Amino acid sequence: MKYLTEFGDGEMAQNLAREIHNITTKPWALMEVCGGQTHSIIRNGIDQLLPPEIELIHGPGCPVCVTPLGLIDQALAIAALPGVTFCSFGDMLRVPGSEKDLFRVKSEGGDVRVVYSPLDAVKIARQSPDREVVFFGIGFETTAPANAMAVKLAKQQGLSNFSMLVSHVLVPPAIDAIMTSPGNRVQAFLAAGHVCSVMGYWQYPPLAARHHTPIVITGFEPLDVLEGIRRTVAQLEGGHAEVENAYERAVNFDGNGAAQHVLNEVFEVTDRAWRGIGIIPKSGWRLQPAYREFDAAYRFDVSDIRTVESPLCHSGEVLQGRLKPNECPAFGKECTPRKPLGATMVSSEGACAAYYNYGRFHNIAAMK
Amino acid sequence: MGRVNFGGIEKEVCLAYLPDISVGEYTIVHVGFAIARLDEEAAHKTLAMFRELGLLDEEFGIESKEVPHEVPD
Repeated sequence: MKYLTEFGDGEMAQNLAREIHNITTKPWALMEVCGGQTHSIIRNGIDQLLPPEIELIHGPGCPVCVTPLGLIDQALAIAALPGVTFCSFGDMLRVPGSEKDLFRVKSEGGDVRVVYSPLDAVKIARQSPDREVVFFGIGFETTAPANAMAVKLAKQQGLSNFSMLVSHVLVPPAIDAIMTSPGNRVQAFLAAGHVCSVMGYWQYPPLAARHHTPIVITGFEPLDVLEGIRRTVAQLEGGHAEVENAYERAVNFDGNGAAQHVLNEVFEVTDRAWRGIGIIPKSGWRLQPAYREFDAAYRFDVSDIRTVESPLCHSGEVLQGRLKPNECPAFGKECTPRKPLGATMVSSEGACAAYYNYGRFHNIAAMK
Repeated sequence: MGRVNFGGIEKEVCLAYLPDISVGEYTIVHVGFAIARLDEEAAHKTLAMFRELGLLDEEFGIESKEVPHEVPD
């Protein structure tokens, strides 16, 4: 496909890797924020091309991984209600709640459906007026415009049988929380390219200045990731802390104005709990009061929920970059993508799933 | 709504967030929505810069440290 193969060229990747070796003189710890980038790094062996001084810390940018357990349990309870058709992105079905997952609810007779787009859920609501159709609206700023449009359309079309269980999360407050957390080792960020396609990068200069940390907007193909790393290391070595755009073909400073307009109309900022991390102030979106009738958390009374995390799962430490997935005692043993203990082993964006699927059963040091 | 060709497979995509996109342009699609136009000129500029990086190394004979091609057992 156009501009995918070109940005995976092996020879140019070697050039970029060589340049990174040439400019690196000290150890540096970089965080790639987005789980899509983590998968690209592990799948393409980009970490193995880097000088030993450069450590990549995998960030929390995996939407299903950070969706709080309480909300997953709430989703499971709603999905099991008679009369409810529960629609979700496929990634979410195997994410473990306290007792079960959405696949289990489906196997027990719940009407759980995988949809490609939230608009599919709106369509189902229109076609089945006798069903309560609930969409599990999770994700970062990249997914939010789609979910916002689905709620807006449902309101416009007067679909009173449609609602959304919303757990949207935002990247800039997470970067702020990581930089201020005790024991933080992250010195610079590869910011998530597609989040910035929507939001632009006007939110980042104050963060870079406040924490004196370089932030480089980075894409997902191998050359994009290498270029993001090269520019970040160049800044660190030169003592700079600026916001740079290394994903120019898809990101500009202002972002997508039409999308931001609808986001502001439908969502408002709220404090949000991140699974494995805790509450981060002003780090999420929920529906505006004008759209509250479409909020599944208000529509269904499933408040009596007690959450229990697996005692074997270390996904919180993985999400905070304190532990590499293959350093977890349960990795590949009690915990596999078929039988995940934590959400990081499930998703196409989860760090544990990346390590498992691309055969990283040992850390690089142990292999040498 | 519009039709977007994903390397051979065509899908219906919501174009509400890119109302001025025209036939023949490239776009990034996420969960059924076109969220960004792909700037071809910027793509070519970036690729040209990567190519130059390799040429510069050769021209100035910069000593390149060895980049491991595979991880030893």
